[in-house]
Amino acid sequence: MENQTKPDFDVIVVGAGLAGLTAAYALAKEGLSVVVLERGEFPGAKNLFGGVFFSTILNKLIPDFWQEAPVERHIVKRRFSYLTPDTEVGFDFRTEKYNRPPYNNSFTILRARFDRWFAQKTEAAGAAIYPRVVVDDLIYKNGKVAGIKARGSKEGEYDELTANVVICAEGANSLLSEKAGLRSGKSKMSRQNRAIGVKEIISLPQGTIEDRFNLSGGEGVSIEYFGDAVKNTLGSGFIYTNKNTISVGVGCTIEDAADNKIALYDLLDHFKSHFAIKNLIKGGEVLEYSAHMIPEDSYGNMPELVADGLILVGDAAGFANSSLYHEITNLATASGLYAAETAIAADKSKDFSKRSLGLYVDKLKESFVLKDMKQFRNFVGFVHGHRQFLTTYPTLFCDSIVDYFAVSETPKSLVKKSVINKAMKKINIIKAGVDVLGAIRNMT
Amino acid sequence: MKDDPKNISLDTRLALVTRKFDKVSHIEVDQEKFKKCEEKAVLFLCPAKVYVLNEDNGECIINFDNCVECGTCQVACPEYIKWKNPHGVFGLSYKYG
Repeated sequence: MENQTKPDFDVIVVGAGLAGLTAAYALAKEGLSVVVLERGEFPGAKNLFGGVFFSTILNKLIPDFWQEAPVERHIVKRRFSYLTPDTEVGFDFRTEKYNRPPYNNSFTILRARFDRWFAQKTEAAGAAIYPRVVVDDLIYKNGKVAGIKARGSKEGEYDELTANVVICAEGANSLLSEKAGLRSGKSKMSRQNRAIGVKEIISLPQGTIEDRFNLSGGEGVSIEYFGDAVKNTLGSGFIYTNKNTISVGVGCTIEDAADNKIALYDLLDHFKSHFAIKNLIKGGEVLEYSAHMIPEDSYGNMPELVADGLILVGDAAGFANSSLYHEITNLATASGLYAAETAIAADKSKDFSKRSLGLYVDKLKESFVLKDMKQFRNFVGFVHGHRQFLTTYPTLFCDSIVDYFAVSETPKSLVKKSVINKAMKKINIIKAGVDVLGAIRNMT
Repeated sequence: MKDDPKNISLDTRLALVTRKFDKVSHIEVDQEKFKKCEEKAVLFLCPAKVYVLNEDNGECIINFDNCVECGTCQVACPEYIKWKNPHGVFGLSYKYG
């Protein structure tokens, strides 16, 4: 049936998320025939993330996209906060430099709306987008991926579509990449390399959000919480401000949730009832509850990124900067763009082999995507092996700061001594020194 | 003033998710392996309580209508859970996402 010289499309993209749509948009602009197959009712229907979209790549493809795209707010303030049951110690910064175009390329967005808009732009650029299509498998010809099998309306029936290149952008729950053998051994989806996150969209009047978070106009804030926010697991909680809703959620590795017997909806309740959070969400109405996996693939255990006729992008490939930066969307869009550029080059040379598509991996290695993943390759592993950074040290810091500023009639010189003595009793100073050096080496 | 948003149950939460229900489950559980597994982590790991223990026979009840399609179950417990994407016309559609 398949004719090698004339497939149905030049490229098939599986999944209308940020990575898939970026790839399709760039391919369509270049005049290649491309179809995006999306299992949701509409593009964006099944798409979810925490809340902040990093837009460097999209801003290159669609300059000043925020003027027409349904963005919620741009982030002018970032806060990192550590919680114990009774204390919050945080660090935040805010700058007017982020308050003008391109807004530090950081926008809160709601994916069901934003991705739908992006899909319309992609369609207008010339790509075909078929929603409600579930891709269950790939088809092979002479060992090369030659297309996909989409589930038919009757059980066991499949529709086939052929292409020179298939771009797999199906997201964090990447069943196809496992089926295709690109994920095996330690790169298979696992409790260690996948986190689980749950989120609520909580409605609050626009004015309340702006008063409560000290914002005006399109300004927004991103707050990430650690420690007791997520019961000291390897994860975090977050609040991101949208226009007239806030995104409130928690996430941690599946391993930590399993080992500590944590149900994520309970963890979310725990977070929302914390004294530092409850007043920020007070009076809000929950509009939507959602859950999703988050890739935490480590640089040392990445899946195979290309095969003959196949490219993995976005969460399906596990691109995530799982350090304090928590960057994923920009890695996703970048990988989509490099996949498109690679498919365009392959189309010119008519060579769709793994070797030819290796250009994609070269582009990733030359870019921030794999450079950052390499840089922070030990971050998660280090924290995993040094739980004291999640609990003992920050808790000690919180306690010390509370003691240090406690108003009393004790002379400050004695207060200082007492704080230091108390701290020294709780930690081994030599071990702490070694830990700090290790942290500098592995986490920065 | 409305109630604090924390005061909502998982059922209320799930009722907020727009979806179309299929008659056929997209999830299969190998009951024998489930029974043998001591941890039974899906019972609490699933963020939508799809999996509930049937106290009478030790089997796993599958409330597949609850599923929010995150896939955590088959990553956490691949020994006994087989999860596939629901049919294209079924499952959830986020309004916000």
